[in-house]
Amino acid sequence: MTDYKMHLLICGGTGCKASESDEIKNRLNQFIEKHGLEDEVQVVMTGCFGFCEKGPIVKVLPDNTFYVQVKPSDAEEIIKEHVVKGRPVPRLLYTDPKSEKHVSDSKGMDFYKKQIRVALRNCGFINPENIDECIARDGYQALGKCLTEMTPGEAIKEVKDSGLRGRGGGGFPTGLKWEITRNVENDQKYVVCNADEGDPGAFMDRSILEGDPHSVIEAMAICGYCIGADTGLVYIRAEYPLAIQRLKVAIRQAEEYGLLGDDILGTGFNFRIELRYGAGAFVCGEETALIHSMEGLRGEPTFKPPFPSVSGYMGKPTNVNNVETLANIPVIINKGAAWFSSIGTEKSKGTKVFALAGKINNVGLIEVPMGTTLREVIYDIGGGIKDGKEFKAVQTGGPSGGCLTKEHLDIPIDYDNLLAVGSMMGSGGMIVMDEDDCMVSIAKFYLDFTLEESCGKCTPCRVGNKRLYEILDKITQGKGEAEDIERLKELSVVIKDTALCGLGQTSPNPVLSTISNFENEYLAHVVDGKCPAGQCKSLLRYDILEEMCTGCTLCFRNCPVGAITGERRQPHYIDQSLCIKCGVCYEKCKFNAVILT
Amino acid sequence: MGKIKSLADLRKMKEEVQTKIKLRETSNHPEQVVQVKVGMATCGIASGAKETMKFFIEELEQEAIDAVVTQTGCMGYCYAEPTVEVTLPKKDPVVFGHVDKEKVHEIINSYIKRGELIDGIIPVNFKTIDD
Repeated sequence: MTDYKMHLLICGGTGCKASESDEIKNRLNQFIEKHGLEDEVQVVMTGCFGFCEKGPIVKVLPDNTFYVQVKPSDAEEIIKEHVVKGRPVPRLLYTDPKSEKHVSDSKGMDFYKKQIRVALRNCGFINPENIDECIARDGYQALGKCLTEMTPGEAIKEVKDSGLRGRGGGGFPTGLKWEITRNVENDQKYVVCNADEGDPGAFMDRSILEGDPHSVIEAMAICGYCIGADTGLVYIRAEYPLAIQRLKVAIRQAEEYGLLGDDILGTGFNFRIELRYGAGAFVCGEETALIHSMEGLRGEPTFKPPFPSVSGYMGKPTNVNNVETLANIPVIINKGAAWFSSIGTEKSKGTKVFALAGKINNVGLIEVPMGTTLREVIYDIGGGIKDGKEFKAVQTGGPSGGCLTKEHLDIPIDYDNLLAVGSMMGSGGMIVMDEDDCMVSIAKFYLDFTLEESCGKCTPCRVGNKRLYEILDKITQGKGEAEDIERLKELSVVIKDTALCGLGQTSPNPVLSTISNFENEYLAHVVDGKCPAGQCKSLLRYDILEEMCTGCTLCFRNCPVGAITGERRQPHYIDQSLCIKCGVCYEKCKFNAVILT
Repeated sequence: MGKIKSLADLRKMKEEVQTKIKLRETSNHPEQVVQVKVGMATCGIASGAKETMKFFIEELEQEAIDAVVTQTGCMGYCYAEPTVEVTLPKKDPVVFGHVDKEKVHEIINSYIKRGELIDGIIPVNFKTIDD
């Protein structure tokens, strides 16, 4: 076994690669050889460290020294000083912006870690189908503590004091919800876990259920104890077969250990969990629609009040919480409300899991403290925009949310700040868009989604969204008029004010937020007849530049509709009335003679 | 295993399983065990994690390396699926990304057998609740 005494880890994330991390690696190896240290030091290129702003990063093991903004010319000094003489190079160390001191203490080396895994604490660590591994990491300790050492009132107070708010989108204080349900007198109450994750591009809840089902089960039992319920129901979409299977295994194992069932831990508390499957309708994430679906009725929302806390499943008081919300509960009980509320911002405590997707280098599931900025999420953790393109917008909150732009990059992300800028936290989908994305088409995409998912019960949502979609479609077809923008705004406001449930009340948000942030792009479509991002086919025009065309006939031979004419060695022409804007000529031309306007 | 009858029992059990896992991780015995965890959420499986896990088990068996290969949930590195975490005795866990069959060979030959790190390891970029 080669026994390297030291490892030099170089970040090979896209950002650092662009800043010559390959060259740094070569140089380091060069000087290692020069000093005859090949058998003692190994240089390794790693994935992204998540601190791209200060890249390229070089980390030295085993002493954990963390060098930032390293240049190829620094390689010699690192080897000579650090590796040979054992003295870190101070000028390459990270300088703490507050204390203006170099950070060299290896204990303080996790400053670059912008993520904290609270809800995801066991995801990717334990075998989700083995309850012992969960117990080894404090599983069911919080339930034991509640049942044995705390009254329901004390446990609710802990949750209230923690400041935890619903992670499904609404952001309602969880402890308060529990208290309201507790205070309603009834012989039968229910705990419902909302696992009907429906936002396009969101997979936080699925990952938690697949990676750590026991934490959700434990939290449901704690909630049952607090509100006085003996039955828990998980409403999960049938589209999540693996999550369902792992939940089933977890429930069975918990029952075998007596952590679910009768007389749990000898305390006399009984709690059972059953699964209810949904067909994957977006509206069933709305709690009243979800409850109706569980009752075997159509998944349609009803007017609130009465809230489910008063009259829910089978008319009984029902507490509905989202998966991620529940996953936070055991930690709050174990580590205390004060610990939890020390993370986050004034009004939004704890962390939030985001599914980072779209035109971003490190697509992934991340968990950051509330108050982290969009810039940190996109550029540090996400590693920046793919292919070095320009950041344009990020969609948060799915079809109910809105777009955030460059201006919003430094806003600390929390419930209230996102609402203030016309978006929302939502369940945590975050779709990043670059310069090639057309904002009108994006709004149309989301409207298409809500249109499909609208249950059709109320007119504003059923008809209003259809009309919104039609206007957007008209604009992308190049048939829009300047008045259409006003029409969109007016109709959006009416739908928001009059729709029955959350789906309809928020469905115009993508339209309103794209208009308010990218009005010029709408105007370009309706006034100039252009799509600045080059996405709306009807608004594109391909032309052949006479002076560049060599008459090679390549475009002529490849055009699928015969729209190109011209003699060999003579300039060719595109007949605009026949052109279907497929772009084949543009791609095939070797002389850059085809232009896109 | 029977039912856990009280909080005290649950706490005792937690310590027992912790010791069992610790022993596996820090044992000084010649029968040291290599631990391999494969990220097996839906997304990992869709990128081939099942094949990766099967291949790991077969290859380690063939090489007569004493190892425990288990599944785990999503590690969060969707851009690098399938992801695998390898823990050598007395060492910190190391996460590898894009683990296809070829990479499995590389991990076994370089890292597990010789302790050499290989390019493409994914640095831990988050804090845990115990930090």
